[in-house]
Amino acid sequence: MGRKEMIAMLLAGGQGSRLGVLTSDVAKPAVAFGGKYRIIDFPLSNCINSGIDTVGVLTQYQPLVLNSHIGIGIPWDLDRNNGGVTVLPPYEGSENADWYSGTANAIYQNMRYMEQYDPEYVLILSGDHIYKMDYEAMLDFHKLNKADVTIAALPVPMEEASRFGIVVTDEEKRIIEFEEKPEKPKSNLASMGIYIFSWPVLKQALTALKDQSNCDFGKHVIPYCHDKGMRIFAYEFNGYWKDVGTLGAYWEANMELVDLIPEFNLYEEFWKIYTQQNSIEPHFVGPNAKVQKAIVGAGDSVYGTVENSVLGPEVVIDEGAVVKDSILMGRVHIKRGAYIEKAIIADNTVIGENTKIGVGEEADSKLSTKIYSFGLATIGSNSVVPDNVTIGKNTAIKGHTKNEDYPNGELTGGDYIIKAGDLT
Amino acid sequence: MKALGIILAGGNSTRMGELSKNRAIAAMPMAGSYRAIDFALSNMTNSGIQTVAVLSQYNARSLNEHLNSSKWWNFGRKQGGLFLFTPTVTADNSWWYRGTADAMWQNIDFLKKRHEPYVIISGGDSIYKLDFSKLLDYHIEKQANITVVCARAEDGEDLSRFGVVKMDQDDQIIEFEEKPMVAKSNIVSTGIYIMRRRVLIELLEQSNKEGRYNFVTDILIRYLGMKKVYGYMMEGYWKNIASIESYYQSNMDFLKEDVRKYFRDEPHIYSKEQDRAPAKYNAGSEVVNSLVTSGSIINSKVENSVIFKGVFVGNGCTIKNSIILDGAYIGDNVYVENCIVEKNETLLSNTSYVGKEEIKVVAEKNNRYSV
Repeated sequence: MGRKEMIAMLLAGGQGSRLGVLTSDVAKPAVAFGGKYRIIDFPLSNCINSGIDTVGVLTQYQPLVLNSHIGIGIPWDLDRNNGGVTVLPPYEGSENADWYSGTANAIYQNMRYMEQYDPEYVLILSGDHIYKMDYEAMLDFHKLNKADVTIAALPVPMEEASRFGIVVTDEEKRIIEFEEKPEKPKSNLASMGIYIFSWPVLKQALTALKDQSNCDFGKHVIPYCHDKGMRIFAYEFNGYWKDVGTLGAYWEANMELVDLIPEFNLYEEFWKIYTQQNSIEPHFVGPNAKVQKAIVGAGDSVYGTVENSVLGPEVVIDEGAVVKDSILMGRVHIKRGAYIEKAIIADNTVIGENTKIGVGEEADSKLSTKIYSFGLATIGSNSVVPDNVTIGKNTAIKGHTKNEDYPNGELTGGDYIIKAGDLT
Repeated sequence: MKALGIILAGGNSTRMGELSKNRAIAAMPMAGSYRAIDFALSNMTNSGIQTVAVLSQYNARSLNEHLNSSKWWNFGRKQGGLFLFTPTVTADNSWWYRGTADAMWQNIDFLKKRHEPYVIISGGDSIYKLDFSKLLDYHIEKQANITVVCARAEDGEDLSRFGVVKMDQDDQIIEFEEKPMVAKSNIVSTGIYIMRRRVLIELLEQSNKEGRYNFVTDILIRYLGMKKVYGYMMEGYWKNIASIESYYQSNMDFLKEDVRKYFRDEPHIYSKEQDRAPAKYNAGSEVVNSLVTSGSIINSKVENSVIFKGVFVGNGCTIKNSIILDGAYIGDNVYVENCIVEKNETLLSNTSYVGKEEIKVVAEKNNRYSV
């Protein structure tokens, strides 16, 4: 293998359990976003746009959709003879077979992959965030400071700083202190979970910590480097950066795209976001359709009304159906007369005729108030919702549901139907 | 598949007017997200053809850019591939392509080196779907020397731009009139042919010796009595787009559900992906019976129109019965009716463009940043 100055290791094995039924059969990085993309497209596109052509993608939880999405990396120009994208699942060795037990442990288990390229620097990324960032500029900063480790950090409002891992720096941006979710934060620079390590430093730290259980970058590796007195710098990032780890944040980030001038602009020629997509044709808007304030994906057929919503590719909205304040992923079919409000509906789902979703009073979720608490109705991928039922807020549905699953034709606010292992 | 493909994409036509100034017809944007040549290319790849040569000479830059990788159509890379052949000066030739036969003759070394026993030739300016393996079966069954794919022209179609064909009961072609003023039948050649590679090489070499360069008049018609030439009727949608009216009509056809479904269903039509964000509708959008493609931003009224990639429609506009090609920017309060707006055009605010008797091609090259 040819030598690479910097390679990227993209952590994409997480479940993203706070996305509820959206991640019941796909990993969080493979969740659809913005009417076309999947979350992992953002770091992958950032890599190639920053000139990084060697990316290891570490997968573990439900990797099928992710694997087929990445393929051999054609959409991102990452199909290369030397380097390119490599999917790195956990594997069995002659003496042990371990799942990835933490972010740093996952990287440690792929030491040989990194060694092949004999890099000078390794960029650690996660597949959880929506942003555009030039990692090359961050590398320049790393070199300029002769740093051992550089952490990308985002200024957040001071009153919110206590929700983040905060870094405290001196005037040269060298980090002097870390605070994990501090009650009284000393700074408002939040760690974004993006690290550049000089390769010998990373190798040494991972080897030293190899027996640490659930070895994690934030909890173990960075503190270890700090204790050893290494040069750790904070690279301040001032662009758009969104964690879409909860249903509320996910819904909001999608909805922001609908704004007249969205804060996160996907229509620029510069710094394109690439993705794997099957559908390229235009969408059709029917003779009686009404579409306003919406993102409408390729190959859609809209005969009904769509307002303030994001539609993925190949979605069909029948005549008389209304979709409001909602996110529909790919190949969702909303049948005649259905009414959808403030819902997230994942791929390949069919909503029956005259069914109403997202209506009635808000009620606490009986499944998990931590996950389903934004007044949203959430429907997982490959689900079916029958005709003529009414579904309340803070609800969750996954699987092929039938009329008998809805007593009195209703799923009241906060309730859920989850049919596991349903393949039909 | 036992055939290689040749796409004759050199052509231009005065019937395309302003539109052909910037590109070969095969590179015309089509149905929102395609270029015309994608249909021939996709038919070839979907029929299992791995090797395709595209012959072009007129303003090939657009084509060159479009055909920059065989990946977009799933052609082979090591076994086969997608080749774009423009004329080159060699020790014994310094001509441009003097005709369709000459274009192939100038690349005869390529034809000789290949191993596929058959050659399928298509133009790059037809919108159609065809399974070439069925065509090959037919060709073999008929023991034909050349099979010409034919289609029934629509009523009222101007036949003087086609080759008009007459067949006997066995579907052997007995008469072929190129661009007749008065047509004797409504069966036309689609410009798609199949024959043995050796037969093609032999005919090309013979014609070249005689200083003949046109495939239709100098080979097909000239050898009609000598070779067994059969017609194969194409079912389904077919349209040649080499005139402004037919180009406009063919795009408008995609507003019909049956046409859309025909091309959307498998096998798919492929194109080079442009990586644009999905289309965006702002408050004030009023879009009905229209196609809208990725990267577009709509702020006002669009009716019975095809909006291509990355088009911007400002506030207070009305776009009616029109085709707006890729990257056009339409300012505020613009009225457009019965028009084809050129790629990357800028229509200044408070202007109006109306095609009265015929479709108007809008190609003004306004300066966008003075809007």
